[in-house]
Parts: sequence; C-alpha cells; structure tokens
Amino acid sequence: MTTKYETVIGLEVHVQLNTDSKIFCGCSTEFGKEPNENTCPVCLGLPGTLPVLNKKVVDYAIMAGLALNCDIAEYSKFDRKNYFYPDLPKAYQISQFDLPIAENGEIEIETEAGLFNIGVTRVHLEEDAGKLIHEGSIDKSKGSLVDYNRTGVPLIEIVSEPDMRTPAQAKAYLTELKMIMEYLDISDCNMEEGSLRCDANVSLRPVGQEEFGIKAELKNMNSFSAVEKGLEYEVKRQQELLDEGKKVVQETRTWDESLNKTISMRGKEEAHDYRYFPEPDLVPLEIDAAWKEEMGKEIPELPREKYKRFISELGLPEYDAGVLTGDKDLAVFFEEVLSDYDDPKNLSNWMMGEFLRLLNENGQAPFESGVSPINLAKMLKMIDQDIISGKIAKKVFEKMYNSGSDPETIVEEEGLKQISDEDELENIVDGIIADNPDAVEDVQNGKDRAIGFLVGQVMKETRGKANPGLVNQMLRDKLMD
Amino acid sequence: MNIYDLTIHELKEKISAGELTPGEIKKAFADRINDVEDKVKSYITVTYELAEAQLKDYENKKEKMLAGIPIAVKDNMSTDGIKTSCASKMLENYKPPYNATVVEKLNEAGAVILGKTNMDEFAMGSSTENSAFFVTHNPWNLNHAPGGSSGGSAAAVAAGECAAALGSDTGGSIRQPASYCGVVGLKPTYGMVSRYGLVAFASSLDQIGPITKDVEDSAILMNVIAGHDPQDSTSIAGKKEDYTKYLKEDVSGMKIGIPEEYFNLEFDEEVKASVLAAVEKLKEVGAEVETVHMTDASYALAAYYVIAPAEASSNLARYDGVRYGLRSEHASDVNEMFTNTRHEGFGEEVKRRIMIGTYALSSGYYDAYYLKAQKVRTLIKDDFDRIFNDFDLILTPTAPSTAIELESKSDPLEMYHTDIFTVPVNIAGVPAMSVPCGFDSSEMPIGLQLIGPHFGEGKIIQAAYTLEKLLNINEKRAEL
Repeated sequence: MTTKYETVIGLEVHVQLNTDSKIFCGCSTEFGKEPNENTCPVCLGLPGTLPVLNKKVVDYAIMAGLALNCDIAEYSKFDRKNYFYPDLPKAYQISQFDLPIAENGEIEIETEAGLFNIGVTRVHLEEDAGKLIHEGSIDKSKGSLVDYNRTGVPLIEIVSEPDMRTPAQAKAYLTELKMIMEYLDISDCNMEEGSLRCDANVSLRPVGQEEFGIKAELKNMNSFSAVEKGLEYEVKRQQELLDEGKKVVQETRTWDESLNKTISMRGKEEAHDYRYFPEPDLVPLEIDAAWKEEMGKEIPELPREKYKRFISELGLPEYDAGVLTGDKDLAVFFEEVLSDYDDPKNLSNWMMGEFLRLLNENGQAPFESGVSPINLAKMLKMIDQDIISGKIAKKVFEKMYNSGSDPETIVEEEGLKQISDEDELENIVDGIIADNPDAVEDVQNGKDRAIGFLVGQVMKETRGKANPGLVNQMLRDKLMD
Repeated sequence: MNIYDLTIHELKEKISAGELTPGEIKKAFADRINDVEDKVKSYITVTYELAEAQLKDYENKKEKMLAGIPIAVKDNMSTDGIKTSCASKMLENYKPPYNATVVEKLNEAGAVILGKTNMDEFAMGSSTENSAFFVTHNPWNLNHAPGGSSGGSAAAVAAGECAAALGSDTGGSIRQPASYCGVVGLKPTYGMVSRYGLVAFASSLDQIGPITKDVEDSAILMNVIAGHDPQDSTSIAGKKEDYTKYLKEDVSGMKIGIPEEYFNLEFDEEVKASVLAAVEKLKEVGAEVETVHMTDASYALAAYYVIAPAEASSNLARYDGVRYGLRSEHASDVNEMFTNTRHEGFGEEVKRRIMIGTYALSSGYYDAYYLKAQKVRTLIKDDFDRIFNDFDLILTPTAPSTAIELESKSDPLEMYHTDIFTVPVNIAGVPAMSVPCGFDSSEMPIGLQLIGPHFGEGKIIQAAYTLEKLLNINEKRAEL
C-alpha cells in the first residue's frame, strides 16, 4: 500500500517598497534609468561611507506589519549578511536577522477548498542588490557589467509559517499578500519587474506525521503561474521519489520556465555561511506606541474586509465582490461611483462587463480610461430614468471610455436620447404593424414571442432609441384588446 | 624657535599679530618636509595643490579657527580626488569622489592640508611597519618606530612636518604613536567625531581624533572636528562643547583613579616611574589620587582581538576588484578574481585579521567567540562606569614601553600587547588622551594616558593642560 503524503509549503516573499529614495541614501529608486545613474558613494559602498536609515521605509514596514496582523517590535536592529557577489558592493547586505521589525502575524486566504489562516512568521527590512548584465549568455559571456541602480532599494521580506498544504493555497496567499501591499500603496508588486519575488520551501510528510519532511527551497519563480506550476512540479517530484523509496535531498532548486521543471542549484553542503552579526554603523531601531499608532491610521480598509463588506452590506454575490476587490483601483473606482449611485449590483454588472472588457483590451488600469466615476454614475442614472436604453448605453459607454466625455453631452450630440413619447412612437408602431401582417397574426393567435420580433423592428427603425418597454406596451394595447 | 616648531595657537597669534602670513607658514612647513621627509617618511602623499587652493581661499576664511594652519591627515580619511590608500596596495590608486566629514570640517575652518600620512595598512598594527609602501621613522630616534597605526601623523607632528594632524584610533592608534613620538593624542568619546569618510577598520571602535604638539591645540582641533553628523548614524547630537574653556591649570579636588591591575602588569620600569612621578605632581597641586580596582586589561585585549577582526572581515570584504582599487590580472572567472585580488592586494597582518574575524563569525563558532567577546565588552563598559561613578578620571601609562625599535617585534601577539593600556578605552567607548610625561634614559618620550567618562573630554583636557604646565617639557623637540 502506498503512503499518503501531506504537502507542507512555506513562502519567503520579497516586496520592493515604492519609496522615492533608497533605504540608506538619498538616491532615487526610479525604475528604468540609465545603468548606474541612480548611485552615490553610499549605495556604491565606497570606502568610508555609512548608511543612514530612510524613515519612510520604516513607516511602510510598520504599515505592512500591522496589515499582516503582526506585533511591531519596539526594539529591532540591523545585521550584516556577508557574502561575495559582484552585484553586492559592500560584500554584505544590510538586513535584519534575529530581531526583525515585525513578527507573529497571520492572514486569511480563500481557495475553492475554503478559508484558511496562514501564519506570518516575520517581516524584516533589508536592502536590494544590483543587477549583473552578461554579454551574451551567462556561461559563455566574456565579461559582465553591473548596474547598481537597484542597490539599496528598500525591501521587506515576509516569511510565512509552513502553513500551506497545496500549491493553490500558496498562490492564494501570495495573491492576498500582493493585494494587501497594493491596498497599502507601499509597493508596485510587479513580479515580472521584480518588485515582488517569491521563494518557496516545500516538503512532504506522511499524513498524520508531526515532524516535517526534508525540504527543497525553490527559487526563480517569476510569475504567479510560475509559483503554482513550480510548486506542483516539485510536489510531484518529491512524491515520486518517496514512492520509489528514495530520499528527498535538502537543496536549493531553481524553476526553469522553458523546461517546465525544477533543477538543482546547490546542495546543503554548498549553502552559504552568511556570518550574520549586528550592523555597527546603524543604531537599533526603536518604534514607540505613537509611531505605531500614526502608521495604523494610514492603513485603509484591506481587501478581505472590503470583500466581506461588499457581500454583507452591498449584497453583492461573492464572485462580484472577489473581482471588484481583487484590484484596489477597481474597488476604489466602484466605491466612488457608489457615492453618486445606489444600485451596487447594476454597477457591478457594468464594471465587470463592459468596463473590464475595455480595460483589458486596452491594457489600462481603472483610472487610466476616459470614464470617470462621476460620469459612470450619470450614465447609469440615465438608464434608470429611461433617458437611454441599456443597448444605447453600451455605445455611450464606449464613447465615454475613448473620449472622456460626459454621457449627457454624448447623448445630446449623437441624438441618442431614448424616445419615450407615445405620440412620437405612434406612427412608427402603426407602420410596423402594417408592414408585418404575419407577425401580427401570430401575436393575435397567442404566440407571445412574435411581440419581441415587432419590438425589434421598431427598435431597428428608431436606431435603438425607442423605449423598448413602452413599445412593447403599445403593441400589446393595439393588438390584444 | 623655528616656524615649523610652532603650535596651532602660536601660529594663530603670529598671523593675527601680522608677524607671519599663511603663505610664509605654508612655505616654512613645505621646506621642513623637504628637509626631513627622507629621514622620517611621514607622508604617503603631499597635497600642495590642495594646500595652495586652500591658501587662495584664506581671505574668506580668516576668521575661522584654523585659518592658514597646516594640517596633515591620516591616509584613511577620504579626500575628494586625492589618493586615499590606507597604506594598502589594494587602494594604491584609489581616489575617492568625496570628502570625509572631518576633511570638510577642516576645509570649512580654513585649514591648509599638507598631505596624507603613512599608517599601518587599513590601520591594523602598532608600529606603522605594516604600511604596504614604506616604514615611517620615529623623529626622536630614526631606528625606532613611530608607533601605530597613526604613525605617520604622530611622526609628522613631532618632526614639524605639520602643525597638527588627524589620526584614527581603534585600539590605541592615536594615543600609542603620540606617546612614542612625544606629542598629544586624543581619542574622543565614540560618536563625538563623525566617521563618515573614514575608511572603516572596526566600525564600533574606530574614532578620529587630533594629534598635536600640546593640549591647547588638541582642544582647538576638537572644536573643529567634533559634533553630530547626519551622515553618521552613530554620531552623537548635543554633546559638543567649547573645549578651550577647559584650558585651566586646576586639578584641585579632581578625583583620579589609578588602576592597580594595570600598574601590576609587567612593563618598562622607566615608564612606570615617569608616570608615577607625574601622578605625584598632580597630587601636589590638589588632585585626589586613589588606587582603584578594574578588570584585568588582558580580557579587554582578548575581546578586542575578536570584535575588531570580526568587523574588519566584513568591512574589508568590499575590496573585491569589481569597482575600484586593485584588480588581479590573473583570473579566469569571478571567484578567481575575488580570491587573487585579495591575495595580491592585502598584506600579512590584514589577511591574518580577516581570517581571525571570519572564523569568529562563522556558524558554530559565533557564540564562543563573537558573542562571548560582546559580553566581555559589556562587562568592561560596566567596569568603567562603576569607576566613573566615584572618579573624574583614570590615569594609566599609554604604552608599556617607549618607542620600540624598528623590526624588533616579529611575533604579532607581542605586537598586540603594546596596546594593552589603550584597548580597554575603545572597548568601553570612553575618551582618553596621551600626554607626554617624561623621557627614558635613551631620551625617548614617555606618555601617560588620562581616561574620562563618556563626554568627559573637558575634564581630560583640563587635567592634561595642568600636567603639561607642571612638567614643562613640551617645548622640547626631536632633533633631526
């Protein structure tokens, strides 16, 4: 009989903070500059230079800690992590080792299998390293160049408890973290650009066993799908080894996107000894209650809270609430419209339908299109007040999206106003009745569907502007009394 | 007296009296360098171009504290566009693109910087023999070492090759050479002087301080260089004083502790006699001197030779050949480049300390070495605090002997022991000054050390100034 195994996953997530300047010097953190443009003697680690901690970075880290329900340390310190690499100009990274800024948190995640609480072991501050640029491929390159623009960009590392049991949970946790960081507005969280990076520890143990199995550390998963695929591959690989009676080796493995598999990078015996020790160039970081409280005030409603409120207070279906809160800007946009408009479900339909469709087609974020919340509210009210039909509204919306114009102006200029005047419609309705004797007969014989056909003809005649409800009523009055 | 023999305050008086111009002063010192540098070898680089530029700016600076005063700077303090080698092959051609804060402060005060002085490589050593370039000679006897690691600075002051100099002190590197060269050397409280731009040896111990011909000059230089620097997070705000107000001949009622455990160590009898004679003089003018008991200084030395190398192993890791300084030409990949660059660029003593420090921080050894040393450090701090609850100052010899002969100590451990009296001060982070107190039978200078509590520079200066006047030996100059 084969043993049943339980998967154990823990994630180490690096989040680049979006402060204007670096963590220990005044250099800009702007992305996409000329190589080594954003550098100074301090972030280049020139002899004699010293780090000075950027307060904003601490502000952001406190916010992250609070949002992850952590205890914020009143006293934490920085340590040096020593290793040689050309992208690390001091040959040590200033990080936090035994006294991180935040500890003991947890967040709630939801997957198809239900709700789970995932523990957050710690959040610590550190500086990013630079980037090597190889001429050609890494193994055949004759020389390499170094770009230190990224050196000293602030990072927080968020370490989870080994609480995840499936790759889907890991993906949900990572998604939740990303959303929280975005809601806090402390990171761009772009995995492709490297402002969000994820390493995973994966192991398997026989179901019921307390003790953890031997783990592999997975690196180089550069997208959300890579995290899920990498973990799925690794779970399968370990499962197969164990089924064959072999042992999992403790090692670091890298996810190869093109080969769709994980490859061994280095074993336990090649693991670095980082020789951590307290950074003597910085004083300990002390955070008092007032600072913590001040940062607490900066924390907006977080995605899970918002999601739950959208369901309980606005009566939205779970699916809608999930889509709308899944993107901070979309949620903000939604709520801004709601301050002028009071039918959440109708609004949700429009946002998840037309709006998201156009945003996706154009690769734009909610506030980048021509549609402003106030104009969307106006348009929805025009539908509700029968000024335009729902069908016409789609045209109006598309014009709003592309031009940024006010819906009233568009309706006015294009003559799209709905015809709700019986006198105005009378002749057209009569004409359609005269031109379609077969359909009229069907209606009179009780074939209700034929009414729809006649309404459609009136709509066609009026280029969609007729009020369909009114036309329907008029036809019924004329044909079925 | 020759111009080059004058102190800062004497030169300032002559300038304000119109007897000397800064140009004449600069020329007198340059001539002196020309005359004696071959024998003494204090300087790695002379910076006359910089000096001329600073002289040109004299009119704008003439009200400033060091206007027109020739100063030398140890070659581990960054000077914009001027070689800052740390006496290492690794940085033989390295020119920083920025000035250390102390260099900025000297500039601001109107100083005329004459050059960058020789030192033990990366400040690791006690004789300046560890310079990768050449040996500096003690002006009092050219066969003797000037001490170290700020040997070039101390020798330059003693030889009249500058009016005063800056040194750096991690375990005695200002005080011990000051003692060997018969000049005044002050290591300020840790955090009193910015370390920004000082090439780090052991960050938690390094401190820049003045090396001068007398105590008054030390106070003047401290007024220029001390104070908080936003670029150094470990520098202290709000504690800077006007140190010249302590230039008073008055020690009456001052309580001075003499640590029995220090005087019981085996060291040169002539040094001991000279220091104790000075103590008697202080007593005669009203100082209250008492024997105190302190932790054996050898514990501090042991802790120091773990902590300092540990920090050094990390601080010196950046010299990898990637960005600046030496890059080995014999390498086929990046790891070989790192290894060969460091193999070729560092001297024996530096390598030894990097090895010790790396070992002490390694997993499995950290608790037994680094952590234990930090605990000893706390005990030593507490020990000093305890004494300073009841005493104003502690008085010890600066060094166990007068200047050692060149090439006389080949055993590194023996060399480490020359720092026995000075190292505990760095471990505790308190200030201390070496003041000349006499000469041995070979006419080599002897220094004593006055140690104060944190921010006790004022008391030190006052006691040292009093002693200097009592002994009246600071007019005596080395003959070259």
